[in-house]
Amino acid sequence: MAQFRTCPDTGLYFHKSAESLIKANAVAAAVALLVAGLLGLLVVLTRWQAVHLLPADQFYMALTAHGIDALIFWIIFFEMAVLYVASSVLLRCRLATPAWGWVQFLLMLVGAVMTNVAIFQGSSSVMMTSYVPMQAAPHFYLGLILFAVGALIGCFIFFGTLVVAKQEKSYEGSIPLVTFGAVTAAIIAVFTIASGAIILIPTFLWSIGYIAHIDAEMYRVVWWGMGHSSQQINVAAHVAIWYLIAGLVFGARPMSEKVSRGAYLLYILFLQLACAHHILVDPGISAEWKVFNTSYAMYLAVLASMIHGLTVPGSIEVAQRGKGFNNGLFEWLRKAPWENPVFSSMFISLVTFGFLGGITGVVMGTEQINLIIHNTIYVPAHFHATVVTGTTMAFMAVTYFLIPVLFRRQMILPGLAKLQPYIFGGGMTILVLFMLGAGTLGVSRRHWDMDFTGAALGFDYPGMAYTLMGIGAFGGVIGVIGGGIFLLITVGSLVFGKKLEPSAGLLQSFGFPLAASCYTDKRPETLPRAAPLPAGHHTSSFEAPGTFVLALVLLVTFVVYYFINWKYLASVWQLS
Amino acid sequence: MTSFMPPADRIWWKVPVGREEIVWILIALTWCLIMFFMMPYWHIYGKQNLSNEAYQTTPAKFGAKVQEGIDQYKTGEEAGVPIIHPPAGSDVYMLGRLWQWWPILELEKDKTYRLHLSSMDWQHGFSVQPININMQVVPGYEMVLTVTPDQSGEYGVVCNEYCGIGHHTMVGKIYVKE
Repeated sequence: MAQFRTCPDTGLYFHKSAESLIKANAVAAAVALLVAGLLGLLVVLTRWQAVHLLPADQFYMALTAHGIDALIFWIIFFEMAVLYVASSVLLRCRLATPAWGWVQFLLMLVGAVMTNVAIFQGSSSVMMTSYVPMQAAPHFYLGLILFAVGALIGCFIFFGTLVVAKQEKSYEGSIPLVTFGAVTAAIIAVFTIASGAIILIPTFLWSIGYIAHIDAEMYRVVWWGMGHSSQQINVAAHVAIWYLIAGLVFGARPMSEKVSRGAYLLYILFLQLACAHHILVDPGISAEWKVFNTSYAMYLAVLASMIHGLTVPGSIEVAQRGKGFNNGLFEWLRKAPWENPVFSSMFISLVTFGFLGGITGVVMGTEQINLIIHNTIYVPAHFHATVVTGTTMAFMAVTYFLIPVLFRRQMILPGLAKLQPYIFGGGMTILVLFMLGAGTLGVSRRHWDMDFTGAALGFDYPGMAYTLMGIGAFGGVIGVIGGGIFLLITVGSLVFGKKLEPSAGLLQSFGFPLAASCYTDKRPETLPRAAPLPAGHHTSSFEAPGTFVLALVLLVTFVVYYFINWKYLASVWQLS
Repeated sequence: MTSFMPPADRIWWKVPVGREEIVWILIALTWCLIMFFMMPYWHIYGKQNLSNEAYQTTPAKFGAKVQEGIDQYKTGEEAGVPIIHPPAGSDVYMLGRLWQWWPILELEKDKTYRLHLSSMDWQHGFSVQPININMQVVPGYEMVLTVTPDQSGEYGVVCNEYCGIGHHTMVGKIYVKE
């Protein structure tokens, strides 16, 4: 049966089963993003105190669904697509057990729908974290469990496909760096899902009455073993996409395979206990445990991210300098294709993840500093920088690439597509910055009314807190518009975009052999190793001075901001 | 474009690393070590640390302690919530429940208190504003904070862990008197 095709433009190779699964998972992800975005709009319009749109019950329902649809369903559906791309497509091999791929998809779909139904029935407004002893409907937990089982199957299909590729010798040498990153993500995913199973299965049994009691603190510790590690899946996946896009757009090669892969290894080794920084102000957890786990577990992972933060733009700089953009420190960056959403979205992802998400995450994950940040709106500000401008924009970037290549459609509204990353990234950056500010003024997260209407005893936030929340919400609205434009362009392209058959000659070829885009049963040639470095290349000099300067700017920002927070901590009441 | 192709060198782990990356890794590692040492440093020299003191408890046991404190030290009421003025240096009990912080505390500036916190039902967040000190309050656990308020004034205790439909009405008070 004809099962394989080569993209006539890029030479990328698709196994039909993998292709269909990538499409299905990407479309499900887009639907989750749409729902999450609309709910996000309702949330910001409620937290914007001057608008205060929803009543309390609907606000908490919308916030629960927003968190789960965005952070779990949108991102993990998309990550399944990424795993299929990183294995079958990049390694040019058949997908292992395609039928199980559909089991993966259907379980995740059923789980996602089930949990959403539970939330919108109104009995499960428990937030994404569903802290016990607040109880949701049983199908809230069951949906999450089914979704996780589906994701686990997806991980094993990915591992199986790596085995198939190795056995059938579809590539020479070692797996590509991007696939290595996906392996990292999948390994972390297995650990994550195991933590999730350990806590969600008993919680489900508790919700139907088989277990009498779940300890609230134990729940927090184990739940965050899933909750935080799952964010590290995102980091591993979106860093892989950064490398992929640096390669696709610039032909960049990693500065050092050893360094980049070593950094990924740090993620695998040191992330599992990073859950510790969610329980820094919890009772019954010793300071020694907190310090050990936040430092060894987190800082070696932080080190890994700081390494990628240098090597990803560094590889772009080296590639650009190789093309002759050698003037000064930054010509390589000025002459980058800023109008290409594949690049601009990826680059905004890189910068905001480092400067906003990364720095704030480390600061609030410091044992004592957490005292002045825990559960304020600073926390969602931080993770909107990591998962929205970071992960989501990386996923958007690769989607822009996949529409012509995978779906074989010409993108509609190219002018708007050029602007979309700036609208989305700009809006969300405003949201993040101003919510960070409101958080330092003590504004609470997950809170319907900062006026405390109806409270017996009141409290007045300073006027500035209202201003910051208002501007942040305004940024959120812009961000939602940017997200809407993304969905309009991508979904619109699938429906209305001109078919790119057989070859439109619009896309860059990567030097792979090209063929007509029809399905055959002919296997491609073995994926060769990358071309060796040109002669005369030496690694002892600074190859990417501009990137090094940018990295130093990041470091200085980090150091200054870190100590400002210690200073702020020193001004509060003495505690011991 | 080796990021999505197998590495050019078969033995890629033996390819020497560029100086730029080595320098950056050393800088970043140094910074990570500094951040690590800041935490033990603050435990020794800093004034804002959480103790390791916590006990398992039950709502009934903890509620009785709170009531004892109210019986002994009550000085008045505000909006139906008792105000207590415990002696400096004493053990002070405060509970969180749907949707109240109970009782209101009246403390003296620059005096030290052992503040016990727990929840009667769901999880709550003890967020003292505008000073912005935040703790997680978990049912079944009694956390003890040794606290020395060094600024006088009226402080709100906002609940910042979502606790259901009345969450936004859960506000308590702490008065710090000169």
